[in-house]
Amino acid sequence: MKYILSVLVCFLLINNLKAQDRYLTKQGTISFFSHSPVEDIEAVNNQVLSIVDIETGDVAISVLMKSFMFEKSLMQEHFNENYVESDKFPKAKFKGKIVDFENLENKSKVSIQGDLTIHGITKEVKVDANIEIDNDNLVLNGVFTVLVADYQIKIPSVVKNNIAKTIEITFSLNHKKYN
Amino acid sequence: MKNILIIVLLLSFNSLFSQDDLMDVLDNETPKHKEFVSSTFKGTRILNGHSIENRKKGTLEFLISHRFGRINQGIDELFGLDQSNIRFAFEYGVSDRLMLGLGRSSFKKTYDGFFKYQLIRQTRGDKAFPLSISLFGSTVYKTLKDYDPENKPDFNRKLAYTSQVLIASKINNSLSIQITPTYIHNNSVRTNQDPHDIFAVGLGNRIKLSNRVTLNTEYFYTANPLKSIKVKDALAIGVDIETGGHVFQLILSNSITMIERDFITETTNDFFEGGIHFGFNISRAFQTGGKKKKKDF
Repeated sequence: MKYILSVLVCFLLINNLKAQDRYLTKQGTISFFSHSPVEDIEAVNNQVLSIVDIETGDVAISVLMKSFMFEKSLMQEHFNENYVESDKFPKAKFKGKIVDFENLENKSKVSIQGDLTIHGITKEVKVDANIEIDNDNLVLNGVFTVLVADYQIKIPSVVKNNIAKTIEITFSLNHKKYN
Repeated sequence: MKNILIIVLLLSFNSLFSQDDLMDVLDNETPKHKEFVSSTFKGTRILNGHSIENRKKGTLEFLISHRFGRINQGIDELFGLDQSNIRFAFEYGVSDRLMLGLGRSSFKKTYDGFFKYQLIRQTRGDKAFPLSISLFGSTVYKTLKDYDPENKPDFNRKLAYTSQVLIASKINNSLSIQITPTYIHNNSVRTNQDPHDIFAVGLGNRIKLSNRVTLNTEYFYTANPLKSIKVKDALAIGVDIETGGHVFQLILSNSITMIERDFITETTNDFFEGGIHFGFNISRAFQTGGKKKKKDF
């Protein structure tokens, strides 16, 4: 019985130790930008959840679509109601891995590869990011683009000149050590 | 032997744990929040009457509404299209909860001013509440000189007031309903039998046909209608079509007016005998003030 207990404690400790390699943020920033001849559309989300495990290189990001803030309230309503259908697909998610994640401490640039799910559609993406790690913080930031059509977000012909086909996504994720 | 078994078991547990999805960690860490239900209706009107929707802070909406003549007037009047009643209005979101509007209708040359205040918003998630409740008040001033010049009414006598409580619920993504208790006060009436105070209740709903098109119906029951004219309850059916900053509403209704007091208390056509007015509401929203500075990336 004692033996089992000590094994259990050991196992818990190991588990705990593992968790020490994780970095988490609940206030990451993701914004997107659409440029078209008619208008520029921009929205910012400051409540992005992101977690990085530097032991395995795994990265997971969860984005509540309704937390994107637009300059025009009607745009925000249309974004949620008509385009990304936030009631049906409340979150965008990314699940991936940092490519070549050894010695992350010494790196300033990494590639992250994985599955990006928006509007219920999952596509594989590869994104370059700047990385900065010290004892308590892990910062990831960068820019990438996605095609609206890839995620089956329909744009009616009347407004097709208002919305870019390619959307630029900027992320800035300032993780703290997570226990 | 037994011990080894336990270790193996624990190890397999451990490997299970280390694979435990980072996504699950994020789901657990997601702060509990309540979420306000939005887009119960597309426009600020269900069809004739007000919906629970307000324009948000700083949004100025220019609303143009038309009701043509009765369809059963036949080809001579091009099924009513030869006549029209127009109302145009500016409606403005002072805050996310308070909206003010000013309008002018050609029918009886009427001015109207209204406020709509959002009292309670329907919420989902943490501490969910199933209803949105708003208060609506409007004052109507009739300027048509349809009186005996000998007996000119003073300013007060040309006023009428409408008060409504709008109670709405977005049942699910495709169905929203609204119930609208209404109290109308007329400062003056045509004959002595006509009540100064009229009570009515409105029922409205919308069914989403697609992301941009909804089917709406609206009905007002009047408890104590006017006696001097033969009044019918107001009934309307129509569709909302949304494109960018516009909402189009195409409407079939037995009322010719677009002001609460008038269509609730003075609708005389029978919808089911072809006393139907075709009409539309068009709105264009402009965002004013409070523009955020563009960020540099």
